[in-house]
This record gives sequence, C-alpha cells and structure tokens, in this order.
Amino acid sequence: MKLDSKVPGGHLSEKWDNHKDALKLVSPKNKRHFSVIVVGTGLAGASAAASLGELGYKVINLCIQDSPRRAHSIAAQGGINAAKNYQNDNDSIWRLFYDTIKGGDYRSREANVYRLAQVSNAIIDQAVAQGVPFAREYGGYFANRSFGGALVSRTFYARGQTGQQLLLGAYGALMRQVDEGNVRLFPRREMVDLVVINGKARGILARNLITGELETYMADAVILATGGYGVAYFLSTNAINSNASAVWRAHKKGAFFGNPCFVQIHPTCIPRSGDYQSKLTLMSESLRNDGRVWVPLKKGDKRHPNDIPEEERDYYLERKYPTFGNMVPRDVASRNAKMVCDEGRGVGETGMAVYLDFRDAIRDFGRKTIEERYGNLFEMYKDITGEDAYEVPMRIYPAVHYTMGGLWVDYNLMSTVPGLFVLGEANFSDHGANRLGASALMQGLADGYFIIPYTIADYLAGTQLEKVTEDNEAFKEAKEEARSRYEKLLSVKGNKTVREFHRELGDILWNKVGMSRNEQGLKEAIEEISKLREEYWNNVRVAGEMNTMNKNLEMAGRVADFLELAELMAIDALHRTESCGGHFREESQTPEGEALRDDENFSYVAAWEFKETGKWEMHKEDLKFEFVTPTQRSYK
Amino acid sequence: MEKKKLTIHLKVWRQKDADSKGKFVSYTVNDVNPDMSFLEMLDVLNEELIKKDEEPIEFDNDCREGICGMCGSVINGTAHGPQSGMTTCDVRMRMFKDGETIVVEPFRARAFPVIKDLAVDRSALDRIMSKGGYTSVRTGGVPEALSLPVPKPNADEAMDMAACIGCGACVAACPNASAALFVGAKVSHLALLPQGRPEAARRVERMVAQMDEEGFGACSNHGECEAVCPKEISITAIGRMRREYLRAMFK
Ligand SMILES: Cc1cc2nc3c(=O)[nH]c(=O)nc-3n(C[C@H](O)[C@H](O)[C@H](O)COP(=O)(O)OP(=O)(O)OC[C@H]3O[C@@H](n4cnc5c(N)ncnc54)[C@H](O)[C@@H]3O)c2cc1C
Ligand code: SF4
Ligand code: FES
Repeated sequence: MKLDSKVPGGHLSEKWDNHKDALKLVSPKNKRHFSVIVVGTGLAGASAAASLGELGYKVINLCIQDSPRRAHSIAAQGGINAAKNYQNDNDSIWRLFYDTIKGGDYRSREANVYRLAQVSNAIIDQAVAQGVPFAREYGGYFANRSFGGALVSRTFYARGQTGQQLLLGAYGALMRQVDEGNVRLFPRREMVDLVVINGKARGILARNLITGELETYMADAVILATGGYGVAYFLSTNAINSNASAVWRAHKKGAFFGNPCFVQIHPTCIPRSGDYQSKLTLMSESLRNDGRVWVPLKKGDKRHPNDIPEEERDYYLERKYPTFGNMVPRDVASRNAKMVCDEGRGVGETGMAVYLDFRDAIRDFGRKTIEERYGNLFEMYKDITGEDAYEVPMRIYPAVHYTMGGLWVDYNLMSTVPGLFVLGEANFSDHGANRLGASALMQGLADGYFIIPYTIADYLAGTQLEKVTEDNEAFKEAKEEARSRYEKLLSVKGNKTVREFHRELGDILWNKVGMSRNEQGLKEAIEEISKLREEYWNNVRVAGEMNTMNKNLEMAGRVADFLELAELMAIDALHRTESCGGHFREESQTPEGEALRDDENFSYVAAWEFKETGKWEMHKEDLKFEFVTPTQRSYK
Repeated sequence: MEKKKLTIHLKVWRQKDADSKGKFVSYTVNDVNPDMSFLEMLDVLNEELIKKDEEPIEFDNDCREGICGMCGSVINGTAHGPQSGMTTCDVRMRMFKDGETIVVEPFRARAFPVIKDLAVDRSALDRIMSKGGYTSVRTGGVPEALSLPVPKPNADEAMDMAACIGCGACVAACPNASAALFVGAKVSHLALLPQGRPEAARRVERMVAQMDEEGFGACSNHGECEAVCPKEISITAIGRMRREYLRAMFK
C-alpha cells in the first residue's frame, strides 16, 4: 500500500486555505443524518465532539472516566502556545512553525506543522470567549511566559492549571451539546475494538465499566482521541487509566502505527522513591524559566546543596548551551541530566536526580513573585517529598511523559482505515521526534476545533456509506473475540499479578527503549518483551469477574495490549539507527554527545502495518522539506 | 536513611453493587512506607488480596496528582482525609501513626449512589453543568482575544473559582448533601468575567433548578464544604450564587 499524505500543493502559507476551499461540504439539513463516534473527551475529543455537535451531526462520545471533564488533559500544567505576538518580541506564525519543526528534529510534516501554527491564534480566541481565565496583567491584557526551545514568550497559561481550564472550556461546550441533544455521552466505557465493514470504520465495541457488558456503537465515521501510550512504561506522568488499547485495536484492524519509538522523556519530574510507586509527578517545565539546573562539580559530593559554594556547582545546561541555557528542549535537558548522573554527580538518596534551584530567582524577584508564578507547583512538591523548595533546591529527574508516535494520519487526520480519524496525542502527530512544551494542548485543540470539522465533512459527503446494523457479522465477531479474551484472562489464574507484569515490562522499556538506546539493548528488549508476553497469557492472575466493575480486569486488557505495542516500539527503535529528538541511539552522536541525525537514510515517517502478533511490515512516508532546510539542531 | 515503616489497620466499606447492602471489612497492611500515598497503600493491599483470590477494593482514581477529581473517599470521617486542601490521592501515609486504624468509606449522598465499594456515581454533577456551566459560544464565532480586557483581580478571582475539580467532596461533607459550593464555584467563575455576563441570569436559574431536581439538599450555611474542598474554594461562591440568583429572579 502506498501512503498518501494528501498534503496539498502551493506555498506553505496557502496550503491549508486552498485545501479548505477544495473540501466538500455536507448541507445543513443532511448533517443530522450522519453519526460520528468520538472516543475520548480530552482536549482533542471534547473539542471535536462539541464542534461536530454544534454543526448538527449526531455525535456519540465515550470516555473511561466517570465524567468527560476528567480526561488526562486536565493535568497539563504549564501552558499553550500561540503566535499572537502580544509581547512584541517579534513572534510570528513562521517562528512558531519553525521552532516546532526544528524542536521535532525535522521528523514531522512541514504542511501539518505550519497549519498548527496558523490555527494557534484562533484557539486562544476560542478559549477566552469560553471564559478560560488566562493570566492577565494589570492592564487587563495577557501575561505570557516562555517554554523550552523558544526565544520568545508565546505561552498562555492559567496559573499552573492550563490544561484544566482549557479542558473545562471544551467540556462546557460539550455539555451544552449534550443538553441540546446533539451529543450522546457514554462515560465509564472502554473501547475494546474497532469495527470495520466493507473496508470502512463503522463502529466500535466498548465495555461498560460498571456492568461489564460489551456494547456496540454504530456510526458513519469514528474518531479516536484517546491520548498517548506512555503508561506502557508503567511509571510515567500519565494518568493511571491512560492506555493504548483503542489505538492498538484499531492498529490490528488496519490502521498503520507511525514512529512508535518516539517517546518524550520529560526532564523535570519528581524522582522515583520506592517500589510501591504507581506514577511519577511532573513539575512543569515553566519552572525552568526561573529555576537553574545544577549538580555538584565533584562526584559523590554529599554536602547539603545550600552548603555547596557557587564555584563548586556545575550549571551544566548554562555552561553547554549559553544561548538557550536552562530552556533547551526537553530531549536535550533529559539526556544531559542522565549524563551527569551516569558520571556519578547525581544528587539525592539514589543519586538519580539533579537540582532545580530557585535561590537566585527568589533573590532577584522576591519570594512573592515566585510564589505567584509557581505557588501550586511548590506546594505539590512539598506534599509529595515533604521538602520546601523555597529553602532547598528541588530534586528532579526525567520521566516518560508524552508519545510523539501514534496512529499514522494524513493531512485530513484520517488513518489508513477509511472513516477512522485520529486526533490529539493518539495520532503520530505534528511533533516529529520531540515535542516542544505547550504544544500538545495546542495540537489537541487545533485538531478538534478547527481541522476535523472540515475534513470529516469531506469524507462524509464524498463516500458511499452502506447501511449497517448491529446484526452485522463484524459486530458479532468483535464481541465474541473480546469476550473470549476477557474470559481467557480471568481463567489463567497464574502466579503473577497484572501489576507485576506491567512493572516488569516498564523496566525493560525504561532501561532499553528509554532515554538512550543501542542495538544490543534493543535486540534484548525485543526478546524479553515477547517472552514476557507469552508468560503473561500463561501465568497472569486476574481477580474477580467479567460482569461487574473490575478495574483489575480492565488493567489486564490494557497490559496485554502494551505487551504487543512495546515490541513494536523496540523494533522501530532498532531499525532507526540514527538519533533524532527523543530517540537517542548511542551509535549515532556528534563528538559533543548530541543526537546525530541521518537525513540521507531516515528522513521519513515509519508507518507500521500489523501482520500478526510480533510481525509487522514497514511503510515509509518520505518527508520533504521545501521551505525549511533541516540542519543539525543547535541550542548553543 | 531508611524511614520507619508503619503498620496500618483499615476498616473499608465493601459493597458489591448499588442494590446490595454494604459492610465494613477489616484489613491490616504491614511495612507501609510513610512516603507512600494513601492510594498506593490501597494498591499494595489490593495486590495482596488478588494473590489470596479475594476481590480487590474498587476505588476511582486517575491522575493521582489532585487535579482530575476522580478519587474521593471519606477517610476517618472526613472527605478526602485528615489534611485540608487535599484530594484523596494527595494523602500521604506519613500523616498517620504507626498502628493507627483508618476507616475508609465512599462519599455518601442521595445524589451519589454507590456503584461498588468506594466508587460512587457523580453524574448528577455533569447534568448540572450541562444546564449552564459554559458560555454559549460556538467554535469559531468569537472575537479576537484582546477585545475583552479583564481586570487582573477579576481574572484572579475567576481562576480561584474555576479551580474546582468537580470531586463532590463538598456534597459528601454537607449535612444536607448540598451541591451549593460546586454550583456556586462555576456560577462565580463565569459571573466574574465579561464573557459570562450575557447569560448570567439564565445560567444560575437553570443550574440551580437542575441541582434541586437531582436531589441535592439545600444549603444552610454549615461551612463543612469549604473545610473539605481540596481546592479551597471559598464559601463566598455560595453568597455570589445567591446574589446572582436573586438578581435573575427580579429581572
Ligand atoms: C502531567 C502532564 C502535564 C502536561 N502539561 C502540558 C502543557 O503544559 N502543555 C502542553 O501543551 N501539553 C502538556 N501535556 C501534554 C498534554 O496534556 C496531552 O498530550 C494532551 O492533553 C492529550 O490530549 P488528548 O485529548 O489527546 O488525550 P487525553 O486528554 O489523554 O484524553 C484521552 C481521552 O480518551 C479516553 N480514552 C482513552 N482510551 C480509551 C478507550 N480505550 N476507550 C474509551 N475512551 C478512552 C479517555 O477517557 C480520555 O477521555 C502534559 C501532559 C501531562 C501528562
Ligand atoms: S467545590 Fe471543592 S469540594 Fe466541591 S466539587 Fe469543587 S473542588 Fe470538589
Ligand atoms: S486521582 Fe485525580 S484528583 Fe485524585
């Protein structure tokens, strides 16, 4: 199969407008004859469901949590980018585009990234009209901050709760459509399969998480906005229920998986403490605006940080990257933290942490200003660690945070299964091999508010959609298959819990498919993952029954899928022998230890087609750069 | 330095489903690390139960960092546990004493039927929001963001109110099981902003009507809601809601 990205012709700045003009429309009175399933209620899902409902489509919207407002987008802290140039620092659509494509280490599509920058401003307008309380200055206008990988201040924020406020805005719009009867909401549902009929996505199978029943939903198109797969690593900053099952089931029904090995490891998280730990907590990147990252110059320096004099501290980011300093992109910051810790200069009990120090910022701006900027983050840090970061530097370490990889989509956000669209973190996205801070919120909302409403109309208006009913064999088969999977999981009654397997998988991924990868490790990982998967189906112990609320069974299904996806992540990482962005292959680095790309051989998106468990075929979408010239990224 | 491990006794509410009668069941968890979160302690217990072929305790949770509003239990008689300004997932075991017995129950309110064990149905809160927890704007049909200056104090206060995570602890703590703080927070957030004014009257009327219909009680100023609210939403939210409501009535 030939991958067609459907990127329109013309100059970069005209592509989206030209494309929109060419898209087919659905007439107002016809819209109510079309139904669309939206899986997910995060920024991408809620904004899509609300916007499609407003247009008059019949929308079915599902989510795992008890309320759509609890999707994991709620946890985003730092902010959302837009090219408004309100700070008069010479920002522009071009610069936002350029920073994002460069930040992604030239592994994303020019046209998509440019479109993202173009619609970024409308997102801010939309959010403000919804009542999102962005930070303001005394004049009543906006306060902005800067994020890693940028030299301008283009990030809008609502205290440390930007994701929450943006999501509540989208949730409000969604609930208005629920009230008007255009959107039917199904919370506490988990999609467990995609149903494809005559080659088109026509419905899904979902498990009712209260009764355990398997329910079928039919529609003319299906949108997945189910978030990322970072939880494959067991420990991550993602929510407990974040999963890959929806995209994985779709993948097994024909949707290609793009760049599965591109995972973002975020530099500023609270370090691990014990085995019992269930998740890691992010400290927003915005902290790097004022916090200075350092470790002691000497190995194994066990002195209290406040007793280490200035000249015995190594502000390694400022030293190595004088232009960007502490504001280098995430992949660079994470890798450097790992390097200094591997050298034996890490701090804290485990030696796997670096300091993020606010002493100088407090001296220069006063404690009150710092409190205003980051008060809730400092509190959160204190609740978890019991330490006061106003007095002692924070200890931070990288953690799995975001997945740039995801289902492959074309310019219309449609996957390789006709009628299946993928939005937000779930698609392989506009972030290439590394995502810049404050750009996931932007992408999720761009996809949901401003792109899918137009592109889905083109599909619905231009496609012959046969009538389908629930008695269709495809629905019955999906149901039977899901039932037997769950029954199998419950019947093994082995010796290891789901959590034990999950943690083991996480260790393999973190150690061998994590911040730094090499051929030998990846080969071992592939072997170990497939062994673990085999053991899983013969030795897992799952509690309880199928027909009731059973979170252990839910998790068992998700871990089963992670065990398949993880292998593909390692295979993808093994095949890409270059380093780029968050994918660092030890075999491919510059003399200074920076990621060394190989544009000649790897300037493409790897889109994997599922053949059978453990077997895939790779397809390439070549990345052409007409308007920017890929260069070795430098933040010096 | 190894921190001293704790032994914790638990009395946990177990209830098979909405129609069954529930009861307290006692458990003991040994070797609890004081840095563990309360939910991580329950994870450890659940792992033991699974290994013993017993059903694990069901409890809702997701973000585990105090923002999604999914978790929520009554711990030793207080919604979200002993320390103010925290969600259940924020609670750390260092807040308890070695050998202590902790009583864990679901949020209880007529409008929040129990689903299983500690998980309850809070969809009534969504239905209230569907009646007006928004500004009625459609995608794209909005002005440039700068056209609506908002004085910083208003923006800040609106943000204080918008911080509500919809957990329902206020309802669980209220002797009347009133949702006034939850509704007041949303009404106040939007009332404080110019964007929210055009439909302020309609919003408060419809949200209050839905709140009554869902079977939440009336507010009689006990103040328990403010005391347990993990986001420290001020009870002034309820005062503002009342003023907005009266204003709407006399319009
Ligand atoms: C702690 C944290 C902080 C962050 N901070 C920032 C930031 O400051 N700026 C920024 O730009 N980005 C940030 N990000 C990234 C950003 O928040 C996410 O990438 C983005 O919100 C994802 O949105 P989404 O709509 O794609 O998915 P999500 O918000 O994850 O929503 C997924 C939805 O899908 C549903 N779902 C999933 N699987 C299924 C299934 N099988 N069946 C049914 N429903 C399902 C879920 O219930 C949920 O409703 C942060 C991320 C984290 C974890
Ligand atoms: S007002 Fe406070 S206690 Fe009530 S739902 Fe909101 S956050 Fe929870
Ligand atoms: S689990 Fe999200 S607030 Fe507690």
